[in-house]
Amino acid sequence: MGMTVVEKILARAAGRPSVTVGDVVEPRVDLAMSHENAALVINQFQEVYQGTGIAPKVWDPSRIAIIFDHRVPAESPKTATNHKKIRGFVAANGITKFHDVRGDVGGICHQILPEYGYVRPGFVVVGTDSHTTSHGALGAFSFGVGATEMASAWALGIAVNIEVPATIKVVVQGTFPPMVGPKDLILHLIGLLTAQGANFKVLEFHGETIRQMSTSGRIAICNMSVEAGATSGIVPGDAETVRYLREEASVTDAINCVTPDADASYVRIVEINVSALVPQIACPHMVDNVKPIDQVLGIPVQQIVIGSCTNGRLDDLADAAAILRGKKVAEGTRMLVFPASSKIFALALDKGYIHDFMRAGAVVMNSGCGPCLGVHEGALGDNEVALSTTNRNFKGRMGNPTGEVYLCSPVVAAASAITGVITDPRKG
Amino acid sequence: MPKVIIALENDISTDDIYPGRFMATVLPTETPQFAFFDRTDFNAALKAKAFPPGSVIVGGENFGCGSSREQACSTLKGYDLAVVARSISRIFLQNSINLGLQVVICPGIEASVGDDLEITADQVLNRSTGKGYDQVKLPAARKGIMDAGGLIAYTRARLMARG
Repeated sequence: MGMTVVEKILARAAGRPSVTVGDVVEPRVDLAMSHENAALVINQFQEVYQGTGIAPKVWDPSRIAIIFDHRVPAESPKTATNHKKIRGFVAANGITKFHDVRGDVGGICHQILPEYGYVRPGFVVVGTDSHTTSHGALGAFSFGVGATEMASAWALGIAVNIEVPATIKVVVQGTFPPMVGPKDLILHLIGLLTAQGANFKVLEFHGETIRQMSTSGRIAICNMSVEAGATSGIVPGDAETVRYLREEASVTDAINCVTPDADASYVRIVEINVSALVPQIACPHMVDNVKPIDQVLGIPVQQIVIGSCTNGRLDDLADAAAILRGKKVAEGTRMLVFPASSKIFALALDKGYIHDFMRAGAVVMNSGCGPCLGVHEGALGDNEVALSTTNRNFKGRMGNPTGEVYLCSPVVAAASAITGVITDPRKG
Repeated sequence: MPKVIIALENDISTDDIYPGRFMATVLPTETPQFAFFDRTDFNAALKAKAFPPGSVIVGGENFGCGSSREQACSTLKGYDLAVVARSISRIFLQNSINLGLQVVICPGIEASVGDDLEITADQVLNRSTGKGYDQVKLPAARKGIMDAGGLIAYTRARLMARG
């Protein structure tokens, strides 16, 4: 029987001719990514070696990436001390794929990895962040793990006891109408599957719409695959993957795309046509509480957020800036913009988008996770409402359990910033 | 016999179990104070040590959805609690096994606060209602980690075996 993309990747990484759903394999890890929670990984890693008489040593420093993004610059002495501890570990172990709090090479981990060509098609990527699913956009099997599992990978260079997951094939056809795009597609799909509809499964994306989609859009849909519970989202590598890696990530070595066999076995096939899709909104307090925009129009919003690993890339900023250009953010509404990386920030400066945002009254912040996880910058006041291009709207997510978060695309966020209420960008 | 100390709805997120604003705290000795922090009364009861070890949190579908933060497991492990839920999100389940937090998947579980639960090898028995519910067995691959006492000990053994 044929294999899915993830089955092929796992078979190769585990040194087996083939694998099938439910097999337990131990794939070698091609890339192991952490952010600030490397502080906990370091503790667990050192504990592994206690009493062994073996000096703690990571299996391959060139395959470890550490990117500071969750709380940058540090919001507290505790975080600053965690950063300091990680810097020491990075230096002592010769870890080169390290991105500190910097305005040139800093940014959000899920943007930095593709941007610097750290991820390739066919890779097995583990990351101590649930949105590690993002890197499936480049045809890798990429999934989130906890800190202890990462410590194990640092020591052994493999992911221990991985069960080969079943795969759901998602076939997307049609052309997006104006003001509708990848974010609306993934929100629609999560609503369809529910928050646990893909738990322990992979979402493998196919169809003409996906083939035509930029890597930026593919990152957005793979990023949010975890909101349906998926172990990983994956777009089989293709011409666009190669173009992105060559042109945007300056990759010069061989790129080997992995595609599924024609007779691969899927646990479910979901078909979506986007030609009549309307802007989608995930309503409080679950990401699968998805409604077409006409059901939530007019809800007053106190905070607009554009950015994050989901929608902080250059095309997202371009789309939002085009709507805000020459307009003003409504009184009583504040708007925060977080470019996904320093590189994107600089490009947005060159293209004038940052000026568009600032003249409209938005506050442009440094690259990082910002208010998405409620730690740092942009907390909500009691009973306030946010409309955000980020990926989660759980109760308390933006730092206040009485707040409410609606999730949307960059164009919906920009159109709504001008009016101060949830607004359909198609009617601007 | 262990008692149910809270019975929760579907889709309990890691932000509910361990809010993101406490993520700079990583030590398992320090994380328990923030367990279910925004459920003020429950958090206070946990901190007051109102519940004996082995007490059970009952969850609905998709318990532990969201972040990969391991604090969501260490915060419960710190009180030596067990989780019985209808289904459990993948990363939370794996983190629980890795840290030795007792988690049981029990699709039919029905239980209320104060009920006495007996967790057997393959069932959960609600002694207060007299009903028994089948567990979904964890795959053998994960049992190896549990038998070793968690992923740290398991990895240590693998490392030693390599020589």
